[in-house]
Amino acid sequence: MTLADTEIAPPEPPRYVMFWRRYKRNRAAVLGLVLFAVVVLMALSAGLIEPGDPLRRAGDPLTPPFVNWATPLGTDQLGRDVLAGVFYGARISLLIGVVATLVAIVIGVVIGALAGYFGGWVDDVLMRITEAFQTIPNFVLLLTLVAIMGSKIEWITLAIGIVSWTAPARMVRAEFMSLRNREFVDAARNLGVSNTSIIFREILPNAMPPIVVYASVIMALSILMESALAFLALGDPNYASWGNMIGQGRAVLRSAPYCAVIPGIAIILTVLSFSLLGEGLNDALNPRQKK
Amino acid sequence: MTKTPPPVLELCNLEISLPKGADRPYALEGLDLIIEPGEIVCLVGESGSGKSLCAGAIMGLLPEPHVRVTGGAIRFLGEELRGKTDAEMRNLRGADISMIFQEPMTALNPQKTVGWQIDEVLRLHTKLGKADRKARAIEMLERVHITDPASAYNAYPHQISGGQRQRVMIAMSLVLSPKLIIADEPTTALDVTTQLQILKLIRELQEEEGAGVLFITHDFGVVAEIADKVAVLCRGELVESGTTDQVLNHPQHPYTRALIGAVPALTPPPLKIASDAPVVLKGTGLKKTFAARGGMFAGKRKAVTAVKDLSFELRQGETLGVVGESGSGKTTVSRIVTRLLECDQGSVELDGSDLLAATPKELRALRQHIQMVFQDPMASLNPRKRVVDLIAQGPIVHGTDPAQAREEAKKLLELVELSPAAANRFPHEFSGGQRQRIGIARALALEPKVIVADEPVSALDVSVQAQVLKLLADLRDRLNLSLLFVTHDLRVAAQLCDRVIVMQKGEIVETGLTAEVFANPQHPYTQNLLSSIPGRDWTPPSLHVDVA
Repeated sequence: MTLADTEIAPPEPPRYVMFWRRYKRNRAAVLGLVLFAVVVLMALSAGLIEPGDPLRRAGDPLTPPFVNWATPLGTDQLGRDVLAGVFYGARISLLIGVVATLVAIVIGVVIGALAGYFGGWVDDVLMRITEAFQTIPNFVLLLTLVAIMGSKIEWITLAIGIVSWTAPARMVRAEFMSLRNREFVDAARNLGVSNTSIIFREILPNAMPPIVVYASVIMALSILMESALAFLALGDPNYASWGNMIGQGRAVLRSAPYCAVIPGIAIILTVLSFSLLGEGLNDALNPRQKK
Repeated sequence: MTKTPPPVLELCNLEISLPKGADRPYALEGLDLIIEPGEIVCLVGESGSGKSLCAGAIMGLLPEPHVRVTGGAIRFLGEELRGKTDAEMRNLRGADISMIFQEPMTALNPQKTVGWQIDEVLRLHTKLGKADRKARAIEMLERVHITDPASAYNAYPHQISGGQRQRVMIAMSLVLSPKLIIADEPTTALDVTTQLQILKLIRELQEEEGAGVLFITHDFGVVAEIADKVAVLCRGELVESGTTDQVLNHPQHPYTRALIGAVPALTPPPLKIASDAPVVLKGTGLKKTFAARGGMFAGKRKAVTAVKDLSFELRQGETLGVVGESGSGKTTVSRIVTRLLECDQGSVELDGSDLLAATPKELRALRQHIQMVFQDPMASLNPRKRVVDLIAQGPIVHGTDPAQAREEAKKLLELVELSPAAANRFPHEFSGGQRQRIGIARALALEPKVIVADEPVSALDVSVQAQVLKLLADLRDRLNLSLLFVTHDLRVAAQLCDRVIVMQKGEIVETGLTAEVFANPQHPYTQNLLSSIPGRDWTPPSLHVDVA
C-alpha cells in the first residue's frame, strides 16, 4: 500500500499490438478484413492470373460458367471472359473507392475543421454551402456532374468525391466543436501555438478515429455509385468495371443471368467487407474501450 | 438477543468480484459493516476503493454479470437480501431502502417536473389517491426547506439551482420514510455553503425518521461534520472502523493516518514575502460579460456579467489565491489574465507590458512569461502526444532546437519527480496525479515568471492532492515563481496562498493576507464561506507520516 503517486505503471504494449488485439475481438470484422484482402489480391493479380485485356474476345459468346476452363466463369454476349472482368473490375472499383474517398475526406476535413474551429460567420458561410450540396440528392448531382464533365474515369472519381464530402464535413465540424473547448487546446494556445498547428496537429489527430471509420462507409458508397453510373451506361466504357458488366448483363438477364449475378456478388462482398471493416475499426479506435 | 431490534443494515464478509483484467480480482473483500437505526455511518475511501460498488451491491444494482457479489451476506433488518428476485428488490428499493445520488442534475429526469417525479415514487409504492399524493409531495418539499414548495412542485429540474435539486432528491428518497438511506457523495458537486445546508438537512431528517444512513464520501471534512461511525476503505479492504472521534483523532492504521495527514489544515503558512517585491502581474479594471446567444425566436436574453471591475497585484515570489464558489467568476479571471478569453475592459500588465493590448505576434512572445496549469489533468494533455513532446512543445514553438528541447523536457520530468522513463509514454498511461505533474512540467518548460493555476488539485484524491501541492510550493520557492492560484477549496487556499482574493458574483468582496482573512473575515460572504467549511471545528491531528 504505497501512497506515492510517482511510480509509473508498467509500459503498455505498442499501439499496433493493442489495436490488433481490440480489432480481432470482433469476429465479423476479421471476416471483413479477409474479404478486403481477397479483393485487394484480385486487383493486384489481375494481370497475372487473367493476362490480357478483359475486353477482348476470349471464347464463344454466352458460355455458361464451369464449362470451358479457359473461361471458368463463362463469357458474356460478346464472348468476354467474366472472370477477367471481375478481376480487372476489382482494380477499377478499389481505385475509384480509394481516390473518391480521399477527395471527399480532404474536402470534408478542411471545411468541417474550419467551420468547427472558428465558428461564427465562418461556420455560417461554410455550413450554408454544405447544406446547399446536401439539399440536392447525391445521385442526381453525380449524374449532372458526369453529364457536364464527361464519363472519363478521372472525372467520375472526382465527381463521386465531390458529392460525398458533406457528411464527413458535418461530422468533422461536430468533432471540432466539442474538441476545441477541451483544455488541451487552451493549453496549446497558451504555449503560443498558431491556429493552423492547433487545427491540424492538436485537434485533427483526436478527431481522426470517427473519420477513419466513416471513410470505410464512403468507400463502399463510392463503389456502389460507380456501379450505378455504369449500370446506366454512364461509366467509362474503356474499363471493365463491375457496374459496366451488370449493365451489359441486364440485356441477357433471362437467358444468362450469371453475366449480371457474378459481378453483383463481387460488389456485395466488397461493400460488405468495407462495412465490416468499418465496424472493426470503430471498436479498435474507440478509446473508451479497454483491453 | 430477541429484545434488541436487528441492525438496519449488516454486511458480513461481503465480497464483490471484478471482471478479469481489472487491477485487482475483488472490488471489495471481506467487508463487515453494521448500521444501527438512527446512525450515520460514513464509508470513506479514495477513488477506486470500491465504496460506490458497495452501495450498488446493497441496492442490487451492480453491473452484473461482470461485477457481482460472490460471497458474504447483506442483511437488511435481519433479512438476507442476496438471492432476492428482481421484483422483491424493486419493492424494497425506494420504499425501504433509498438512495441519494451525487449529481442531482443527471439523477433527475430533465423531461419531467419535480412534482411528477416525487409523485411517481408514491404512485409505485403506495395506494394513495391523486390529491393525497400531491399533498404528501408538497409536504415533503416543505420538509426539505424548499422555498415556495407549490411552485417547485411544477418546476423542471433545470429551473432550480443545484442545491435545490439535491433537496428534491432528498425529498424523493425520504418521502416513503425508508429505514435505510444510502447517500453516495451527495454533496460533492455542491458549493461549500450549500453543502453545509444539505448536510444539516440530512442530519435533521434522519433524526426525525430514525433511519440508518450509509454515507459515502471521500472528504474527511464532511466525515467530521456528519458521521457517527466511520469505516475506511483502501483498495477494497476495510482498514479501519470505529467512532468518528477514534478514527479522525486517533487513527491507527497507516493508511488512515496517511489519508488524514494529507487533509490540509486550516492554518495558513507563515508570511514570508516582503511587500516591496516587484509587481509581476497587475490587473486593472477587468470586466467581462458573456452575451447569451438567443435562438431565432427566443428573443434576446440577458447578458451575464462574469467579472466586473476586478483589480489585483501579484508580486514576485508570491502566491495569490482567488477563491469563491461556482459562478463567482474565478475561472473567468484565470482565462482573462492568460488571454485565452478576450476581455471587455481593463488591462493586464505582465512585467510592464499590457497583455490585453498586445498584437497577436507580441502576444505569442509574451505567452512564454505566463503559463497555466489546468484543472482536469485528463483533458489538458493531448491524448495523442507523447509526454516528451507535450513538455517540449512550448520551447519548440518559441524557437528552441527540438532535440535540445526534448533533452530539457526529460530534466523537467525529474524536477516534478517523475522517472525519465515516462518521457516516451502517452498521457493515458499515467494516474491523475502524475498527469498533473506533467502539466506542471509543461508550464515550467518555458521558464515563465507567472504561473496561473486553475483548480489544479480539485480533480485529485486527497493524498495525491497533498503531494502535488507540496510540489507546487517547493517549485515556487526554488524557482522564485509567482502563482495565481484559483480554487474553490478554502483548505487548499489556506495551505498555499500568501494572500487571497474572495470573489462573489464577479466582484471582489474581500482581499488581504490569508492569515488575516481566515482569522478575521470582514465581509459577511467571507464569514459565511469560512463557517461553511466542512469539519472546520476539527483540526486534523498532526501525524508524522511519510506522505511522499
